[in-house]
Amino acid sequence: MHRRISEYVVESLIKLSGLLVIILIFLLFLFLLKDSLSLFGIYPLGKFLFGMHWLPISEPPRFGVVPLFLGSLYVTVGAIIICVPVGIASAMFIAEVAPKSLKHVLKSLVEILASIPSVVLGFIGIIWLGPALRNALGLTTGMCGLTGSLLLAFMALPTIITIAEDALVSVPRSYKEAAFGLGATRWQTLWRVILPSASSGIIAGVMLGIGRVIGETMVAMMVTGNSPVVPKSILAPLRTLTATIAGEMGEAVSGSEHYFALFAVGLVLFVITFIINFIADAFLRRARK
Amino acid sequence: MAVKLTPVVIALTMLLLAGCGKSVDPNQPAGFVQIKGSDTIVNAVQKVSEEFMKDYPYVFVAVTGGGTGVGIASLISKTCDVASASREMKPKEIQIANKRGVFPEEFVVAYDGIAVIVNKDNPVHKLTIGDLHKIFTGKTTNWKEFGGKDLRIVTLSREVSSGTHMYFKEEVIQLGQKNSTEEFSAQTLLLTSSQAIVEEVVTNETAIGYLGMGYLSERIKALLLAKDEQFYLPDVENVIKKTYPLSRPLYLYTDGQPKGATKLFIDFALSPKGQQQFKETGFVPVGATVAQKDQ
Repeated sequence: MHRRISEYVVESLIKLSGLLVIILIFLLFLFLLKDSLSLFGIYPLGKFLFGMHWLPISEPPRFGVVPLFLGSLYVTVGAIIICVPVGIASAMFIAEVAPKSLKHVLKSLVEILASIPSVVLGFIGIIWLGPALRNALGLTTGMCGLTGSLLLAFMALPTIITIAEDALVSVPRSYKEAAFGLGATRWQTLWRVILPSASSGIIAGVMLGIGRVIGETMVAMMVTGNSPVVPKSILAPLRTLTATIAGEMGEAVSGSEHYFALFAVGLVLFVITFIINFIADAFLRRARK
Repeated sequence: MAVKLTPVVIALTMLLLAGCGKSVDPNQPAGFVQIKGSDTIVNAVQKVSEEFMKDYPYVFVAVTGGGTGVGIASLISKTCDVASASREMKPKEIQIANKRGVFPEEFVVAYDGIAVIVNKDNPVHKLTIGDLHKIFTGKTTNWKEFGGKDLRIVTLSREVSSGTHMYFKEEVIQLGQKNSTEEFSAQTLLLTSSQAIVEEVVTNETAIGYLGMGYLSERIKALLLAKDEQFYLPDVENVIKKTYPLSRPLYLYTDGQPKGATKLFIDFALSPKGQQQFKETGFVPVGATVAQKDQ
């Protein structure tokens, strides 16, 4: 009897935690939506979504989200191009190629990489990476999208490596043995057998990495220059969605037009991450079939 | 595990409570003053508050920066006692404040010149306000035009939460005309602190930025500026004589007439001892007459 009650209590607690997550996300969305909708009462939605100028303190203010959206897009795509191949290759090396002693060292180094505070990376970007890129590529300033992409790629690497490595290691041993048995080389086994069967886990890792990149604020704010301009290339200064919220929230008086505009930017960010997660989920389900 | 942790938790709780147990001398003023706002004078206000806490050991003063806009927004939402500002409050802000039952009271605590800085290797050493206008609105984009090298100009600005940004926009971008629709060039980098502007100027030969006089150092070069013909260096003397074209007062704002610990702090900041701290951090103290008028 006693056991039954405790089981019931535990079961309901677990159910409650599950529900809590759903409720929290739903409330978060409602909260963002409510404050964003207040903006569209005073500022037209079309001008917000398709406006090319972000001038929040001018008279009259203009809240065009396009430059910010493109800024985030450029930095994120740049970071993905850099970190996904490198991350997956590192994971393959750690999981399948490296000798055991090296494996442990590498794994703990990756964990240390994950624990570097983003503000420290931003600092390195301002003092060292930015000027170095400017000299190497002959740019007018090192505060540009590429500096941000490189640092953000660096931040996403540990996430991708750790999860992809776990996925590779958990591929059943029998797959490998069967491949070897059929006369496949080590490379063929790794590339054609292990990698495809671990693909769902790897994609999950990549998506989490992308989530990290798109949501990262401090680094983006410190090194990308924050110019609210439609960026011509990744080598130009740009302003991300996250940096805009962080940089301007402090001075926006709650209840003002500017304040609601920042919430609307937050909503855009929320929708983007939602779509990314949705795509990741679809991929995962397809991979499982 | 829980049993083992208990003594630790008790010890930690006691440590935390130890600070609260500090006995207060009933004959001395006690309290807490939260100051938020301008990045330009955050170092000066910090120094004033350190001196203040030596005189009033039972009053604790906390100072944070973030920009004038941050301070004013906090004053309006009542999350600070004093807002420091490098610009006047806008009528729109006062209106919002009044609506929420906050009635800002203004105190001028010091004067400041805004220095325009470039890299030490930049041969340009003086510009007119008209030149600055062309540079920062993006109408002129090469240093060649001003006798410098054939390099593209990189303009640096503070974020929109900065009072210095607002002042610079009004005086240089809009040239003092309130209804002007001119904007900073979209290429302008918006940096989050004055120190970030210093770092970029130190490493980038093509950069030009602006900041409060208190941030000037050996590592950067301040330009001589002119409104008409005569060029002046941003220094204390030229700001006092008002010959330097970009100078402005710095403010502290309180909600209504200051009371208690907040009043003590404002009085201290305007006293000769407080003013001395502003002077030491590179600002221009207000004259005794001005201080009296404000009280």
